[in-house]
Amino acid sequence: MNDQAQLLPGTLDLLILKAVSLGPLHGYGVLLRIGQISGSALLIEQGALYPALFRLVRQGLLTSDWGTSENNRRAKFYELTPEGRKRLQEETEGWNRLAVAMTSVLAARPEEV
Amino acid sequence: MNLPGYFRSLANKFFRRSAVADDLDEELRSHIEHRADDLERSGMTRAEAQRQARIEFGARERFKEESFEALGGNFLDTLWRDVRFALRVLRKSKGFAFAAIVSLALAIGANAVVYGVMDALILRPLRVPQPESLWGLENGDGSGWQSYPNYRDFRERNHTFDDLAAIRMEFAGLDTGNDPAQANGWATSGNYFDELRIQPFLGRFFHSQDEKGSNSAPYLVLSYAYWHTHFQDDRQVVGRTILVNKHPFAIIGVAPPEFRGTLAFMSPDFFIPIINEDADGEKFLNTRSINNREVFEILGHLKPGVTPAQATADLNAIGACLEKTYPKEVEHKTYTLGRPGLFVFSRPAQAFVGGLMLLAGLILLAACANLGSLFAAHAADRSREVALRLALGSSRQRILRQLLTEAVVISLAGGALGLAGSVVLLRELAGWQPFPGAPIHLPISPDARLYVVALALALVSGFLFGMVPVRQVLRANPYEIVKAGPSGQFGRRMTVRDVLLVIQIAICALLVTSSLVAIRGLERGLHSNFGFEPRNTMLAGTNLAMAGYRTDTWTAMQRRMIDATQSIHGVDRVAVVNNYAPLINAAGNTENVFKDETRDLSQSHVASMTFRYEVSPRYFDAAGTSLLAGRDFTWHDDKDAPPVAVVNREFARRIFGSVPNAVGRYYRMQDGTHVQVVGVVEDGKYMSLTENQNAAMFLSFLRYPSGYSQVLVRSGRDPQQLASAMRNKIRELDAGLPADIETWNQSLEVVMFPARVATTALGVLGLMGAILSITGIFGMAAYSVSKRLKELGIRVALGAQRREVLGPALGRAVKLLAVGSAAGLVLGVLASRVLASIVYQATPRDPLVLAGVVAAMLLLGLLATWIPAQRALTVNPIVLLRED
Repeated sequence: MNDQAQLLPGTLDLLILKAVSLGPLHGYGVLLRIGQISGSALLIEQGALYPALFRLVRQGLLTSDWGTSENNRRAKFYELTPEGRKRLQEETEGWNRLAVAMTSVLAARPEEV
Repeated sequence: MNLPGYFRSLANKFFRRSAVADDLDEELRSHIEHRADDLERSGMTRAEAQRQARIEFGARERFKEESFEALGGNFLDTLWRDVRFALRVLRKSKGFAFAAIVSLALAIGANAVVYGVMDALILRPLRVPQPESLWGLENGDGSGWQSYPNYRDFRERNHTFDDLAAIRMEFAGLDTGNDPAQANGWATSGNYFDELRIQPFLGRFFHSQDEKGSNSAPYLVLSYAYWHTHFQDDRQVVGRTILVNKHPFAIIGVAPPEFRGTLAFMSPDFFIPIINEDADGEKFLNTRSINNREVFEILGHLKPGVTPAQATADLNAIGACLEKTYPKEVEHKTYTLGRPGLFVFSRPAQAFVGGLMLLAGLILLAACANLGSLFAAHAADRSREVALRLALGSSRQRILRQLLTEAVVISLAGGALGLAGSVVLLRELAGWQPFPGAPIHLPISPDARLYVVALALALVSGFLFGMVPVRQVLRANPYEIVKAGPSGQFGRRMTVRDVLLVIQIAICALLVTSSLVAIRGLERGLHSNFGFEPRNTMLAGTNLAMAGYRTDTWTAMQRRMIDATQSIHGVDRVAVVNNYAPLINAAGNTENVFKDETRDLSQSHVASMTFRYEVSPRYFDAAGTSLLAGRDFTWHDDKDAPPVAVVNREFARRIFGSVPNAVGRYYRMQDGTHVQVVGVVEDGKYMSLTENQNAAMFLSFLRYPSGYSQVLVRSGRDPQQLASAMRNKIRELDAGLPADIETWNQSLEVVMFPARVATTALGVLGLMGAILSITGIFGMAAYSVSKRLKELGIRVALGAQRREVLGPALGRAVKLLAVGSAAGLVLGVLASRVLASIVYQATPRDPLVLAGVVAAMLLLGLLATWIPAQRALTVNPIVLLRED
């Protein structure tokens, strides 16, 4: 359990956008995709996914549509809108800048100051 | 943000609310099935996999809730669901909902009615332009009368008013040729409409230019309402001639619909210029007399920039000057300014409405106390449900919101119910004429302000007292409650609810005490000695002046009426009194008298202010007033005989020291007449039942002819038969002479009115208080029994007797009842001092009242605890103990 990182607040939306950007997914599929691409390093409480998905739909970043899953069950599939794609790009850039900054801060040594 | 998407999701939520919920449900189900598929593949059975998937998913309800919120627009949506849930909860606990709604409806109803009355009488300004600068002149003694010459002086000499207008009551016969009818109008100064700055609806108004001396302006303006009901909106009416007391007047205009005169409690049917003395029948234009009650009210707009204080000083300077110039005719009673709408009645009206407000406030307080304890009990009953919801992941905020919603639903229901009741009642009041024949009414029209006030009151009280159990909910530890059950610790100490209940019972006992005191006072008042005997007495009022009789024929006609009614079979004694008999319509003439030795008859030397009646011989006999000394009047005490008077005991005491001293002695009247006292009669009531003992003098009506008089008929016959016999006799004398015939007791209605209103109001409020208390005690007792049912069951199982069961079950409720009743009784006794000023002979030191209060409270307690006691006694320990 300990090798799974807790999600930083606000990062769930970004993860969902990224997961869905790789292809339309239903809710459970989003979880699987995140688990797969993070190498099971990120833990998401299953139920917590849905409020986030609904929020993104409301913001117009995702659209949803009922369809049939690979298990041959009815499921609701989420897809990125152009706006969602734009947002993903912005957020990714923002995240990268933050990550670089954080990394360099954390890597600082006494002699560099 | 994607606006269309946002609105679509909002719209979806509103228009397809259940569809969205189903959608969400299905999606979550699909998620769990997918997860279960995966788990099944890893080797679990299907059932196991599904269970595992559900556990992993987490608190499903909470996520559903959050998802709903994430969909946006959730405030209204949650509200809607809260309301539906609240309605469901309230349907389930019908008793609670019913008690709470009834409590609130009673309180809101009472307060809305009182507010409606207050709004009509006090808050609403007159419907004329610039009502804020309009003031009326009041005498320092709480009246507004002035003589017409005084009015002219005020009008001409003041520097602070735009102009001053005057009004005089004019009850007159109107006749357009074929429909003679009594109407109530105002004779006003010519400048009345101009001073009020209003324009006619039709035709024109009269102006001060029209006044060119006595009887110079026979013009009449109709009120819109009278024109509408009596002339069917006929626009051709302007220019037509109408007879006012048989004098021809020209109808020149119709007043606008919103203008109903300048008094709040009386709307005139017509207006005529005040200078038409002949139509009025009295010569008052040039009579400056101390007892002159000709001008009812003087009013006017202040000049711009003048303060009421400056105007008051100005008027008082004129008053002082008038008193100096006319010491015999004018007594300067420090003038004040008042709002013309209620005029001199504003103080009594304010006191009355204030008293009502206080009582209605008490009812509201009692109802709120009720609500508080009801909500607290309700919340305690539901603590298990609340705890479960908390344990299942609902936030405290959501639960509070839910409780609030319930409080609001109850407030709105109770408020709406109370408001509906009050509107019905207010409509009734608006159409109510308290005195038959007198054009007095309450100008009530329930409007938006009333609705807003009532609903706001309902919401505030619902909110405040619905929040009583909040602390209870916030502190609740769900795990403890679920484990232990709700009966954890049933309080031994005094709780908020106990205090609320005691307050409420105290208020109820206070109201019950006051209403019993008032009822007893009223009853005693009806049977006390008025100085005359109103039973078995009929009064027939006729106005000879209005019927066109000449002044010198009045007395002869009145004597004919005496003889005619005397001949009716079964009539004992008949007499005549000018104007009104004592205690009628609160109308009494007063006059200042002087001692015989006084030579300077100015107001500073007045020996006594006395009531003055002009009566026929045998009046005392007919009225049932006993003669203490001396003699009655005879038919020889006329204009040619020396002036004589019969006085009451108080008069004799004040002027002559004692009754035996009085007979044969002399005193002086305002006009200098030297009067000899020939008889002394017992004291009586003259103006109101609560007045202090006044002096009174009776003069012979033969010396002072008056057009209006009442024939007093004492007879043991049935009043209705007697009335019709009297009517026939008068018709035989003159078919065109209308007569108002009623019993003396009926005529006392007006003086009894304040006491009756006070008693009715107290009675109704006392009843409301009692209902509230019954609900309150019942709620408390029923709750305490239901909480301790298990304990009671054990007691019964161990062989407890009835008393030992009832003790613990109801002891607390009974104790609270006793404490509250005692407190209320003490308060009621204190409050009754106030009552004594309204209701004649109201006193709480009456064993019957005290016994009545105790009995009422006992009965109330019995009623309220009966059902819970039955329930406690029929406890079946076996069934009960098996339950958990």
